[in-house]
Amino acid sequence: MELVIAISVGIVFGAGVWLILRPRTFQLITGLMLMSYAVNLFIFAMGRLWVNQPPITPVAGIDPTQFADPLPQALVLTAIVIGFATTALYLVIMIGARGLTGSDHVDGEEPRE
Amino acid sequence: MTAMPWLQHLIVLPVLIPLVVGAVLIPVNETRHQLKFGFNLASTALSLFVAIALLLMADNGHWPLDIGVYLAANWPAPFGIVLVVDRLAALMLLLTATIALAVLIFSMQRWSRIGVHFHSLFQFLLMGLNGAFLTNDLFNLFVFFEVMLAASYGLVLHGYNLRRIRTGMQYIAINLVASFLFLIGVALIYAASGTLNIADLTTRVAQLGAEDSYLLSVGACILALAFLTKGAMWPLGFWLPGTYAAASPPVAAMLVLMTKVGVYAVLRVWQAVFGDEAGVLSGFGLDALMIGGMATLMFGAIGMLASQDGGRMAGYGAIISSGTLLAVIGQSEEGALAAGLYYLVGSTLAMAAFMMLIELTERIRPPGAALLAVTMEAFAIEDKPEDPVGVGIPRSLAFLGLAFAGCALVISGMPPLSGFIAKFSLFHALLDARAGDGVASVAPMTWLLIALIVLTGLAAIISLMRLGVRTFWASGALAAPRLQFSEAAPIAALVVLCVVLSVQAGAVFAYLTRTADGLARSADYSERVLTEPSVRPAAGHGGAQ
Repeated sequence: MELVIAISVGIVFGAGVWLILRPRTFQLITGLMLMSYAVNLFIFAMGRLWVNQPPITPVAGIDPTQFADPLPQALVLTAIVIGFATTALYLVIMIGARGLTGSDHVDGEEPRE
Repeated sequence: MTAMPWLQHLIVLPVLIPLVVGAVLIPVNETRHQLKFGFNLASTALSLFVAIALLLMADNGHWPLDIGVYLAANWPAPFGIVLVVDRLAALMLLLTATIALAVLIFSMQRWSRIGVHFHSLFQFLLMGLNGAFLTNDLFNLFVFFEVMLAASYGLVLHGYNLRRIRTGMQYIAINLVASFLFLIGVALIYAASGTLNIADLTTRVAQLGAEDSYLLSVGACILALAFLTKGAMWPLGFWLPGTYAAASPPVAAMLVLMTKVGVYAVLRVWQAVFGDEAGVLSGFGLDALMIGGMATLMFGAIGMLASQDGGRMAGYGAIISSGTLLAVIGQSEEGALAAGLYYLVGSTLAMAAFMMLIELTERIRPPGAALLAVTMEAFAIEDKPEDPVGVGIPRSLAFLGLAFAGCALVISGMPPLSGFIAKFSLFHALLDARAGDGVASVAPMTWLLIALIVLTGLAAIISLMRLGVRTFWASGALAAPRLQFSEAAPIAALVVLCVVLSVQAGAVFAYLTRTADGLARSADYSERVLTEPSVRPAAGHGGAQ
């Protein structure tokens, strides 16, 4: 399971990196979104991978190694919310740039031939 | 613990005040400009008072070990989020509040009116900055960074024109990627150490096994990438000059502070986590910081010589300032660190004043009113920001010339102002510390650093002089611009502060030496944070203990 998760995070992140190096704003924002998914999965995996384990220790005096780590889940939730907000903000600017420059190139103008 | 427990809540005020005021200002209509400005001014002035109070408390033994700890929501460390104020944090809060107040008054007449929600965004930016200085939790630091960045995205685009939107897009994309790196770094550090509380991390670093410390150092490197993108270390700082030149002047002055947040975060995390307590990881990555800082110095000097307009020149000036600071942090000498902090205060004040000054000097040239045209269309603002009303100041050219000279002296580090004192004491500390260790010769790297700092000073004075000559002596038919009092006063105040900083250098240095000394004692820091008791309700009446 670890290997599958690691490889898929790597593929998603790599695709994101490739996309943000492309010249069009649509490719850029898709790349940013893919990267944010990969990062969220990565944080989640950093709490170690568990299956069917309750996340929170209910009473004191029990073995914490039997329970999933709740903190990365809280971190991921925050990261998702923040990533969502900044992506939405970026979309607004993309649309503004498209309207003002008439081009969807990241430099705001078509490259000269 | 203390006679006045409510004083403890001062620590959280620099975050709370801007949050509340910024939120309150959102629904207020843009036409009620005076009201919005009034709220903003009151909040910023209050933040300044709180910052002064915190500085005095941190320096006068109000708290044990001079570190104030605030347990947010009363959760004890390391489980809850902790706000910590020590001398360094208090200094940065004071610097932020001072510059914010000056910038705000500067933007009253004109710049705050060219777009919407300037005042709310300004307050949120302050909240993010203050929070980043106060927090003791890496993930909380991320949240405050994002608050600060989200506000800065809005402010960079404030007065929406073609140039701002072009650079704004790149600025936002770069910072979004940097935020992802921040998250990856935080996750790796958590995976290695099981904590994100900086003080807790300090105690755990030395006990990590070989594999975990390897993972921790990888995480710290990725985290540093995110910090150094903000702090504009070469080669991560290419976004900076374009963004600074494109942003409206008051916003550019606030952006100067944001590069300092990156440097501050590096300093804070490295001193706490990779200090003397860290065992094998002690001093990890400092060489890279020093070499990176020196490369940044070179990049900044070359860029400054090559740039033609004032905005870009100021941007490269900020890069030089970051480079100097990073190289000094990489040296990890207490004396040098105190001098570096002195340099930070002086150069930040001067850079902020310079950013605002450039806009005023551009009025000497024939009016280029094209700037505001796009904004008017985009937001359908009916009334143009009235140009020359209000109280004008006499002898505006003389004022501009003097202020320009003052800023140039500080930025380039020429006597008699604070830039020179900072560089001189930095050299003294670098040479003296090595001699004190019983090492006969000074390391070649240190000589290289000193040479680079001198040379960048030369580059800075050449390019600033060229700009000054072009602006004041060679622009042909020179018409004295109409400056308003509210625009000239903040610049004058910042320049005067630089002068005060030079005159009172002894007292300031004493404070900064105590600051550097406190930073070096990372064990004290973690002890104070981890042993802070949570407040229990007193029996009978539910007051705080």
